[in-house]
Amino acid sequence: MSQWETVIGLEVHVQLATASKIFSGAPNRFGAEPNRQASAVDLGLPGVLPVLNEAVVQMAIRFGLAVDAEIAAVTQFARKNYFYPDLPKGYQISQLDHPIVGRGHLDIIIPGKDGDTAKTVGITRAHLEEDAGKSIHDQVPGLTAVDLNRAGTPLLEIVSEPDMRSAAEAVAYLRELHAIIRDLGISDGNMNEGSMRCDANVSIRPRGEAKLGTRTEIKNLNSFRFLEKAIEFEVERQQEILEAGGRIKQETRLYDSERNETRSMRSKEEAEDYRYFPDPDLLPVTITPAQIEAVRAEMPELPRARRERFMEQHGLSGYDSRMVASDHATAAYFEACVAVAGDAKLTANWVMGELASVLNREEKDIDAAPVAPAALGRLISRIQDDTISSKIAKTVFEIMVKDGGEPDDIIEARGLRQMSDSGELERLVDSVIADNPHQVTQYRAGKTKLLGYFVGQIMKATGGKANPGQLNELLRARLDGGS
Amino acid sequence: MTTMPDTLGKAAKALASGQISSRELVSTCIARIDAGRHLNAFVSIDAERALDAAAAADRRPPAERGPLNGLPIAIKDIFCQSGVRTTAGSRMLEHWRAPYDAAVIERLTAAGAVLLGKTNMDEFAMGSSGENSHFGATRNPWNENHVPGGSSSGSAAAVAAGMAPAALGTDTGGSIRQPAAFCGLTGLKPTYGRVSRWGMIAFASSLDQAGPMAWDAADLALLLNVMAGVDHRDSTSVDEPVPDYTASLTTSIRGLRIGLSADLLGDDVDADVRATVDASRKVFESLGATIVPVSLPTALAGVPAYYVLAPAEASANLARFDGVRFGHRCADPQSLEDLYLRSRSEGFGTEVKRRILTGTYALSVGYYDAYYLQAQKIRRLIRDEFLAAFSNVDAILAPTTPSPAFALGEKTDDPVAMYLQDVFTIPANLAGIPALSMPAGMSGGLPLGVQLLGPHFGEAKLLQLAHAFQQATDHHLRRPAGVPA
Amino acid sequence: MAIDAEQVRRIAHLARIGLAADEADRYIGDLESILTMVERMHAVNTAGVQPLAHPIDVTQRLRPDVVTEADQRESYQSDAPAVANGFYLVPRVVE
Repeated sequence: MSQWETVIGLEVHVQLATASKIFSGAPNRFGAEPNRQASAVDLGLPGVLPVLNEAVVQMAIRFGLAVDAEIAAVTQFARKNYFYPDLPKGYQISQLDHPIVGRGHLDIIIPGKDGDTAKTVGITRAHLEEDAGKSIHDQVPGLTAVDLNRAGTPLLEIVSEPDMRSAAEAVAYLRELHAIIRDLGISDGNMNEGSMRCDANVSIRPRGEAKLGTRTEIKNLNSFRFLEKAIEFEVERQQEILEAGGRIKQETRLYDSERNETRSMRSKEEAEDYRYFPDPDLLPVTITPAQIEAVRAEMPELPRARRERFMEQHGLSGYDSRMVASDHATAAYFEACVAVAGDAKLTANWVMGELASVLNREEKDIDAAPVAPAALGRLISRIQDDTISSKIAKTVFEIMVKDGGEPDDIIEARGLRQMSDSGELERLVDSVIADNPHQVTQYRAGKTKLLGYFVGQIMKATGGKANPGQLNELLRARLDGGS
Repeated sequence: MTTMPDTLGKAAKALASGQISSRELVSTCIARIDAGRHLNAFVSIDAERALDAAAAADRRPPAERGPLNGLPIAIKDIFCQSGVRTTAGSRMLEHWRAPYDAAVIERLTAAGAVLLGKTNMDEFAMGSSGENSHFGATRNPWNENHVPGGSSSGSAAAVAAGMAPAALGTDTGGSIRQPAAFCGLTGLKPTYGRVSRWGMIAFASSLDQAGPMAWDAADLALLLNVMAGVDHRDSTSVDEPVPDYTASLTTSIRGLRIGLSADLLGDDVDADVRATVDASRKVFESLGATIVPVSLPTALAGVPAYYVLAPAEASANLARFDGVRFGHRCADPQSLEDLYLRSRSEGFGTEVKRRILTGTYALSVGYYDAYYLQAQKIRRLIRDEFLAAFSNVDAILAPTTPSPAFALGEKTDDPVAMYLQDVFTIPANLAGIPALSMPAGMSGGLPLGVQLLGPHFGEAKLLQLAHAFQQATDHHLRRPAGVPA
Repeated sequence: MAIDAEQVRRIAHLARIGLAADEADRYIGDLESILTMVERMHAVNTAGVQPLAHPIDVTQRLRPDVVTEADQRESYQSDAPAVANGFYLVPRVVE
């Protein structure tokens, strides 16, 4: 075990999936032509004023309830002042003193070689703010091009306590957060498009030391993998510096995924003085207990509850349950599939195995899976009733992926029905044994691994349709039984 | 030159009776604006546009006529008007055409008013003399060597010179009331939140209010009826019913209680100002009102608190003028930093820069509690003292300014002396209460004003008191030499 | 209330106001006299007083989550200092 302990806290920005922006009636969509959805308010034209979107407040409350947090009775917006071309007003409307969501916590599961471990990560606060636009540096030679479509997109910034102790824990936390915001329907969580963005505060300290080490903030972590890689790199970098007798500089660092390294962006010593003060254009927002209860009454099932339900209702193991119940869409697929298939364990294996690899290969989300859950369920039920073997089922599944169609039709049309007629099988076994006397001798001399050879011969002869269980039994009986 | 009705009330009657057309009214205004160019009251005039609007008003069937149909009104150049240059008196916006209408512009237009043009002002409404405009100082029609007051300098001068019967102004620390007092007009700063701020270029968001300026209280009532009301585009606009201010004008003031505070009549007040307040008190007493002493011990700390809060808000409000999306951009910027520094340095005038620097200082790390928070605490004390006073009185009588209009250039080198001009007007902005200034005397050939301050949303009573005062006196009928009454 | 040149430079930079050398001197004097006036508010006892941000005690109105704004890029960019292909342009920002 290393003499160093890693300490990680995450700041996660989640773009809220509203129809309109946080303070204007401009559409909140990704991918429009430059500046076509930047309204007068988003552009900060002279004389315009912000008005708060009610959906944003509802979504923040929903999130707060999901992490058992205190919801502020009165929440207030502040101006954070700095100059940048993609910040139209010269200040960002954010929250400082009275964030809408106070202290809460998130239970996470960290997968490990020796099984899963559970942990609770504290959430310091979550506050609302407006996103900035985008500065694009390669659009016009020698100039920076500014697109303000994103300006005014509602953001929920979720700040964790420095409770994580490894990159794996940070990833588990971010995954759980991702699953929750999707379940809550407050964001699509699409990290490629920036719907969920993560900054990591990383420090290390000698094991046993209570005081926190000097931290660096790593920006631009737009995938789970990058979060993991960047933390691993940063921890190693800090260890090398400290072990060589150096000191860590408090600074902001940027993760470069191409080089897999973090590099210094700006030192905190020359940090901006943001001159926060309450935004005089916006009044305090009051949230009543009745409003909170109304939101609570409509809370969807969250990943943790769903995992517990899957273990209870479907008899899944903790591992299987984590795999299929964490993500809302996967869980929905699983439930629709198992309703037809019956066998939960087998269904979980298929969803995590064959289906996942197809989705991965075709770069599709499970909502857009090429095989409908009920169709997969019917396929799985054909394995259970011995119509086909697992191996043949994979062939059928590939055909379903490629050409569509019902499993039963494919099985019939291609004659893939499993050979379970013991008379037919016995004849085949006999002829294989007769044709391979040398191997039979070797087998009987103790080289029992050769069983696979005989199975292979018969599978080849039947085009894989032999019932593998039955075949094994017959072969063993003949080979072990002598004569 | 046609004899023109000089108030909205008279003009409305003349229009209704067919004695005069809106086109004639507006032509007369334009001719006077032209003749009075040296006063520098207007920044932009589009005569054709105004005459077209007047002609349209004349053609409008009676059933479709709004309460201001055909009446010419001058607009402070801080209100965005779609397709019209809107400068806020700044080089920063010298060539900027607003792409939309301010809420008050929409309301005036919908009521049938004819917008004459955009009036000069202290840059971004920062000033008390009308001398801080990129387009040059405005002169006082009563004495052209004196200032008209500010920041609604052009609006005050335009009405006083007979170029328009009424005008719109804005008031952040006295910018309607002080120029109204200096130019012999009646001006009203409504309750904070009474009139929408949408489309009004912000100086200090928690203090800014738009309001009317005219010769008398009856005209203010006419305009406030149109301007007031909730607007969902302005979060700070208050959803409070709008009474008919004209209907309540003539209600007797007998039995009303008027507060007088020694705290607002200190030793530094000009003797003529003191005498004017005293004479006004007697008029109100003669009309059956009771004068009651009230205590406003923190009111005078309003100036220092204001000069923290207003610049702090302004420093953020004016950050959007960065040369990126609109407004002035320096020539040939070498870097982003260069673009910001030069565009803002060239685009803003001295007083604006002074206030941005003051506000930035007050908000910066290490000073926030001592300046900004202390100022906000004083703000609460002042407001609560007013609220306490209004539990006992209907209105408070006070001077508007410490002295009559000063000479051009007299205070330009001493910012603090200039700031102290607003000592009596600032408390109402901090408290968010309505306050009206009306002419009440003369000093050295220059008008003097007194203020009436009321509780939140108490405009009707202020207008009623001012109207009663004006029925009994003739201060509001005085005109500068050469301006027909 | 003493202000030094370094403080004025720092504030001017925060506010992105370019100051020529002689201008900086002038603002030092102005700020000193303004802040001296402002300091008078420290004579007021505000112990136990809550800061007041808005004069009227009302709370924020919320807007229904509907799209109300149509694209007006051409109008908004008609007075822009520098645009190309719908983008606002500024000197190259080095990151």
